[in-house]
Amino acid sequence: MNCRSEVLEVSVEGRQVEEAMLAVLHTVLLHRSTGKFHYKKEGTYSIGTVGTQDVDCDFIDFTYVRVSSEELDRALRKVVGEFRDALRSSGGDGLGQMSLEFYQKKKSRWPFSDECIPWEVWTVKVHVVALATEQERQICREKVGEKLCEKIINIVEVMNRHEYLPKMPTQSEVDNVFDTGLRDVQPYLYKISFQITDALGSSVTTTMRRLIKDTLAL
Amino acid sequence: METDLNSQDRKDLDKFIKFFALKTVQVIVQARLGEKICTRSSSSPTGSDWFNLAIKDIPEVTHEAKKALAGQLPAVGRSMCVEISLKTSEGDSMELEIWCLEMNEKCDKEIKVSYAVYNRLSLLLKSLLAITRVTPAYRLSRKQGHEYVILYRIYFGEVQLNGLGEGFQTVRVGTVGTPVGTITLSCAYRINLAFMSTRHFERTPPIMGIIIDHFVDRPYPSSSPMHPCNYRTTSEDTGVTYPSVEDSQEVCTTSFSTSPPSQCVFTVTKAHFQTPTPVVTDTLRVPMAGLAFSHQLSSSRLSYQPAALGVGSADLAYPVVFAAGLNATHPHQLMVPGKDGGVPLAPNQPAHGAQADQERLATYTVSDGAHCAVTPSSSEDTETVSNSSEGRASPHDVLETIFVRKVGAFVNKPINQVTLTSLDIPFAMFAPKNLELEDADPMVNPPDSPETTSPLQGSLHSDGSSGGSSGNTQDDFVMIDFKPAFSKDDILPMDLGTFYREFQNPPQLSSLSIDIGAQSMAEDLDSLPEKLAVHEKNVREFDAFVETLQ
Repeated sequence: MNCRSEVLEVSVEGRQVEEAMLAVLHTVLLHRSTGKFHYKKEGTYSIGTVGTQDVDCDFIDFTYVRVSSEELDRALRKVVGEFRDALRSSGGDGLGQMSLEFYQKKKSRWPFSDECIPWEVWTVKVHVVALATEQERQICREKVGEKLCEKIINIVEVMNRHEYLPKMPTQSEVDNVFDTGLRDVQPYLYKISFQITDALGSSVTTTMRRLIKDTLAL
Repeated sequence: METDLNSQDRKDLDKFIKFFALKTVQVIVQARLGEKICTRSSSSPTGSDWFNLAIKDIPEVTHEAKKALAGQLPAVGRSMCVEISLKTSEGDSMELEIWCLEMNEKCDKEIKVSYAVYNRLSLLLKSLLAITRVTPAYRLSRKQGHEYVILYRIYFGEVQLNGLGEGFQTVRVGTVGTPVGTITLSCAYRINLAFMSTRHFERTPPIMGIIIDHFVDRPYPSSSPMHPCNYRTTSEDTGVTYPSVEDSQEVCTTSFSTSPPSQCVFTVTKAHFQTPTPVVTDTLRVPMAGLAFSHQLSSSRLSYQPAALGVGSADLAYPVVFAAGLNATHPHQLMVPGKDGGVPLAPNQPAHGAQADQERLATYTVSDGAHCAVTPSSSEDTETVSNSSEGRASPHDVLETIFVRKVGAFVNKPINQVTLTSLDIPFAMFAPKNLELEDADPMVNPPDSPETTSPLQGSLHSDGSSGGSSGNTQDDFVMIDFKPAFSKDDILPMDLGTFYREFQNPPQLSSLSIDIGAQSMAEDLDSLPEKLAVHEKNVREFDAFVETLQ
C-alpha cells in the first residue's frame, strides 16, 4: 500500500529540541484529529468539537497551535521527553529523528495478528548544535523560530493536498481508524517512534532492521 | 452556473461557504488581538460549533464581516479580504497582511457537499489557525500596546495588494473544491517593514495591564472602517467584566502600570480641539480599563469591555467615547478650568509625538491617576474630570501647550546640568517653543514656595517599579495629584504616594555636585594609579565573581 511520507529537518540548540518537536507534532495532529464521534442509529454519527490553544515556546521565538487536549499533550510530551533524553545521552554530534506514523488496523484472521498499515508518515530529523555565547543563542532563537514557521507552512501545504485519508468508519470499525481512547478528541491512529543516529549517519536500529528484513525476504 | 447539485445541497453549500467566511474572519482577527487564544474541546457536539471547531464569535467582528459581505458570498471576482494593518501612536500606519478568501471557476462536481466539503473546510480552518501564528504580523501583534496597535478591515470585491510594499510574499493556506467552484484561502504579507523594524517594537512590553486601546470608526469615504484588534485583559479566561462606571476610580489606581520606557506627561490645551462633531470620529486611542467608555462589545471570554456608556454609542459600531471627556466635542473639559491647575494627564505610553491631534491625546493612560477616569457620564459636558474630585494640591495654572515627551527608562538627569538645549528629548522639535524657561524649570531653580511646583516635577527617577510615573522635568505641566498604581490612600498613614512625594527630591549625590571646573583632568589622571593598585589587589575577587557569572 502506498504510504505518504514527509520529511522535515530542523537544526536546533539542545534546549530547543523539545519545543521544536512538540510544535511540529502538534501541528500535524491538529490536522489529523477530529472531535469525538457519536454514532446514532442508521449509521449516522455526529462529531464533537475540537478546541485549540496557542502555546508560546520559551526557548524559541515561536507560537504554535495545538488541540486542546491535555491527554494528547501529555502523551506527546512524554515521548518527546524520551527523545530529548536519548539525544542528550547519546553523546555524538546530536543527530536523531522522530517519526509520527498514522496507520489503519486491518483485522486478520487467526493466527495472524492485526496488521498495522501506515498511510502517512511524518519524519522530523533533528540536528542539535551547541552554542557558545548568549548572543548566538539569541540569534538561534529567532532563526529557529523562522525555520519552524517555514515547517508549519510546509505541513499545511501537504495537508492541503487532500490526498488519501481513511474512509470514515462505521461504528464497529472506528477503532481501526481512530484512536478513541482520548476523552475529548479523536486523532487518527498514530504511533510515534524515534531513533538516534550515530556519527555514521545510519542508526543502529535501522541497520539491524534492514538486516532482518532482508533476511526474511529471502 | 449549471451544477448537478440538488437544491438542498446547494443550500447547504451556500450556508457552509457563508459560515466558513465568517469563521475565517474570526480566526484571523482573533489571531491579531495580541493575546493567546484558548478554546476547549467538547466531546459532545453542541450543534453550534461550525466545522466542529471551537472558534469563538466576537460579535463586532461578525457584524463587520456580515456588513462587508452584504448578503453575498465569495464568488469569482468577488473575494472577501481581511486587511491587517499596524498603526503607531503617532498616526503612521502600514498594511501588514491581506487575507483573501477567493472563489475560482474550477469545479469539482464529484465531491459530496455535506460530507467531504464540510470536512475539508474544517481542515482548512485548522490550517488557517496554524498559519495565522506563523506570519510576521503575529509577533508584531503580540507586542502591540503602547506604541502601536493592529487594526483590521474587511472588504469584499477586488483584492488590493498595493499597500503591502515591494516584494511581499504570499502563502497559500489551502483550497477546497466544491461543485460550484474552488475556494482558496491565502495570505499576502509584507516583508519590508521599512519604516519600522521589528526591533523597534521589541521594547519592554507593558508590565501589566489591562490595556485597552480603542479606535473609533474612521469614516473613510470609500473603504470600510478600520477596527482594532487588541482588546486585552489580564484574565482572559474569566470573562472579567470591566468595572462599571462607579468603580472606575478604584480601578484606575490598580489597573495601571507604568512602563518604564515611557514616562510622558501630557497636557491638554483648549486650542487643539476643534472638532465640533459630537461623535468621536477620529481614531482615538483610549486607554484602559477603569476608564469607562462606551463600548458595544459584549463581554466574551476574551473579555471585551461591556458597554458602559450610552454616549452616542448606538450609532457607532465601535464607539469609543473617550471617557475622560477627551472627545471631539468638549475636549477642553479635560482641563480643570481656571485655578485648580492643569490637567496632568500623564500617560504611560511612549511614543507620542507632540502632534496635537486627538489620536494622541487619547493615548494617555490614567495610570498616574491622571484622573481621566472621568466617569463616563453620558454627557460630555459634565466636568467629570476627576481631578476635581480629588483634592488637588497643585496650584499651577494650566499651561497652554501640549507636549508629550518620551524619555527613556531610568533616565536620571543630573540636575545642574540640564539645559533645555542640551536635553535629549525625543521629538524635541515638537516641544512647544515657550519651554525655554530655564528659569521656570524647577530642576534648575528649585522653587521657593511650595505651591509653585508640584512635588512631582523635578528629576526623573528610575523608579519604574514603584508604579508611579514621575513628573517630567519640563515644568510646564501640572500634576494634579499623584496616584501611584497599586496603592491606596487609606491604608497606611504614609502611603506610597506620600512617600514618593517626600522623597522625590533627595539631596544631590556628592559626586554629582562636584563642579566640573573644580577637578581638573590632571588630578583625575593622578589618582588613577592608586585606583588601579587597589583594583589589582582585589583581582582574585573579581575573577571569582566573573566565574560565578559563567
